[in-house]
Amino acid sequence: MEMVQDMNNELGSPVSTLVERFGADVQEFRGQTTLVISPENIFDACQVLRDEFSYDFLEVETAVDYWPQQDPRFHVVYQLYSIEKHLRIGLRVPLSGHSPSLPTLEGLYANANWREREIWDMFGIRFEGHSDPRRILMPHDWQGHPLRKDYPLGYEEVQFSFNAEEIDRNKPYAEE
Amino acid sequence: MLDQSEVAFNELRHLVSERAIKGETMLLNMGPQHPSTHGVLRLLLEMDGEIVVNCFPDIGFLHTGIEKNMEAKTYEKAAVMTDRLDYLNNLGNNLVYCMAIEKLAELDVPPRAQAMRVILTELQRISSHLVWLGTHTLDLAAISVFWYTFRERELILDIFEMVSGQRMMTTYFRPGGLWRDVPVEFEEAVRQFIDIFPQRILEYEAMLSENPIFIERTRNIGILNSKDAVNWGVTGPMLRATGVPHDLRKIDPYMGYEQYEFVVPTHTDGDTYARYLVRMEEMRQSLRIVQQALEKLPYGPVRSNNRKFVPPPRSELSTSMEAVIHHFKLWTDGFDMPEGSVYVAAESPRGVLGVYLESDGSPKPYRVYWRTPSFDNLQVLPTLAKGHLVADLVALMGSTDFVLGDIDR
Repeated sequence: MEMVQDMNNELGSPVSTLVERFGADVQEFRGQTTLVISPENIFDACQVLRDEFSYDFLEVETAVDYWPQQDPRFHVVYQLYSIEKHLRIGLRVPLSGHSPSLPTLEGLYANANWREREIWDMFGIRFEGHSDPRRILMPHDWQGHPLRKDYPLGYEEVQFSFNAEEIDRNKPYAEE
Repeated sequence: MLDQSEVAFNELRHLVSERAIKGETMLLNMGPQHPSTHGVLRLLLEMDGEIVVNCFPDIGFLHTGIEKNMEAKTYEKAAVMTDRLDYLNNLGNNLVYCMAIEKLAELDVPPRAQAMRVILTELQRISSHLVWLGTHTLDLAAISVFWYTFRERELILDIFEMVSGQRMMTTYFRPGGLWRDVPVEFEEAVRQFIDIFPQRILEYEAMLSENPIFIERTRNIGILNSKDAVNWGVTGPMLRATGVPHDLRKIDPYMGYEQYEFVVPTHTDGDTYARYLVRMEEMRQSLRIVQQALEKLPYGPVRSNNRKFVPPPRSELSTSMEAVIHHFKLWTDGFDMPEGSVYVAAESPRGVLGVYLESDGSPKPYRVYWRTPSFDNLQVLPTLAKGHLVADLVALMGSTDFVLGDIDR
C-alpha cells in the first residue's frame, strides 16, 4: 500500500505536466495511472516523458479494438517505464475507425519499430513516418487484420438461407 | 507472376544497402529450418564475404494467434494457452497471467500458494537456463555440455510432472492459487535437487569458464551497451550483462520475493561471455531462493476462498447447495470479471514478461496482450550482428536466448 502511495506522489509531476500541456485525461484503476492523450500529441507527450521525466523504456505498445463502435474504434495503449526511478505510466490514444493512423515513436524508442509493425499487422493502424511498414507476424500477402473484432476466429461462418445475406455483406472481412 | 525470392527482395529493397542492389554483397537466407536458429526463425543476411553487413530477422512462422484465441475463451480455459507461449517458461507464463487476473479481480493468494509459486518458477528458471546453456554450447560445437544440462533439466521436469501431471504444459497455477496442493514426495524431490545441483554448476563451469575455445568464441562478440539496451527495450540477463541491475523480483517484488535473500548478478562487458556469466550466477541465486522458500514453506490452503472466482472443494458439493451453485456457475459460465484494464509484469528467465489484460465485465477476456521479452531481445540482433562472422552470429543468437513461441505468440 505504501508503495502505491509513493508511486502516486512520484508520478504527480509528469501527470500534471501532461495534463497542463496536452490536456490529457487522467484515469486511475487498481493503483495504475493511465493518461488519455489525443493522437496528434502522442509523440510530443512521449518526448516530454522521456527527456524530462526519464521514461526511457517502452515496455508495451499495443491496441484494443472496440468494434462496432466507430468513434473511437481503437485505443492504442502504451506503457512507459523509467529504469532509473522504477516507475510505470500508461498512455492511451483513442483513434477513429476510418483509416486510423498515428505518428510513429521510432525516433524516441528503437523497439517501437517491431511493435508498430505488429499493430499494423494485427489491427491495420498506420504509423506515419515508420521506416519499415511491413507485416511482421502474418505472411506478406495476408488479407485483413486478425486481431480486429470483426475478423472471424479462423473459420468461415456457415451460411444458411436465413443468414446468407448478412454473412455476404460482411465479406471480405475487416477490409482496410 | 513473380518468383518468391524476387518478392522477398522487392520487399526488402528499402532496407538493404546500395551494394546489395549492385550485386557487390550477397543476400543469404538462414533458416527457417536452420538448427541454430532455435525454432523457426528466418534471417536474411547481407554478406560481404563471410562478414555480416546487415541482418533482417523474419518472424511469424510460429504465430498461432494465441491472443485472438484467448479472447474467445473464458479466463480459466484461456490459461491453458499460456503454457504454449514460451515453452521453456510454462509456469512463469501461468504466473503472470494469474497475477493479471488476481490484480483485476482483487483476488487474494494464500501464503502457501505464493511460496509454492516462487519455488516452481525458480526451478523453471533453472531449467530454462539449462536449455539455454546446452543449446548455446551445442551451437559452438561443444556437444558434451548439452548431455549434462539435459540430465539435470530432466530432474526438474520430473518435479513438474509430480505436481501437475505434465512435464511441460503444466497449467498448474490458477487464478487465486494453485490447481491443488503438491504431493508429499515433493519436498524430498526438491531437497535432492538442491543437494546435487551446486556441484553440477561447478561441472559446467569447469568445462566452459576457462575453456580457451569457448572464451575465444564468446568474448567481445556482440557487445551491447546499456544505453542501446534500454533504447531497444532489452530486458533480462541481456540487460543485466550490460550493467543495469534491472530485475522485477527485486524492484517490484511480487509473490513475496521480498522475503528471500538473493543477489541480482550483473556484468559490465555486455558481450556474449558476460551474458554467460550472468546466467550461470542466476542459476545459483535461483537455487538459493528455492532453498529459502522451501525452509519457510507455510502450511495452509493453496487456493483463495473467494467462491466467486475459485470453485469449491469437491467435499463440499455433497453437503452445501451454495457450493453446487458455485461449482455449476464456474464450470459452465466462468467468472465475471470487473470492468477495466491492468498491466502486470514479472521477471521471466528471458526478461520482463508482461500481460495487459482488458475486461469488459464478461467471463471472457476482451483483450490479452503479451509483452514478451524475446520479441525485443531479438529485435536488437541486427544491431549486434553487424560486422561479425556468420559463425559468431550463431553464438550471438544462442546467447540472446530467445524462444520463438514467445516471439510469435
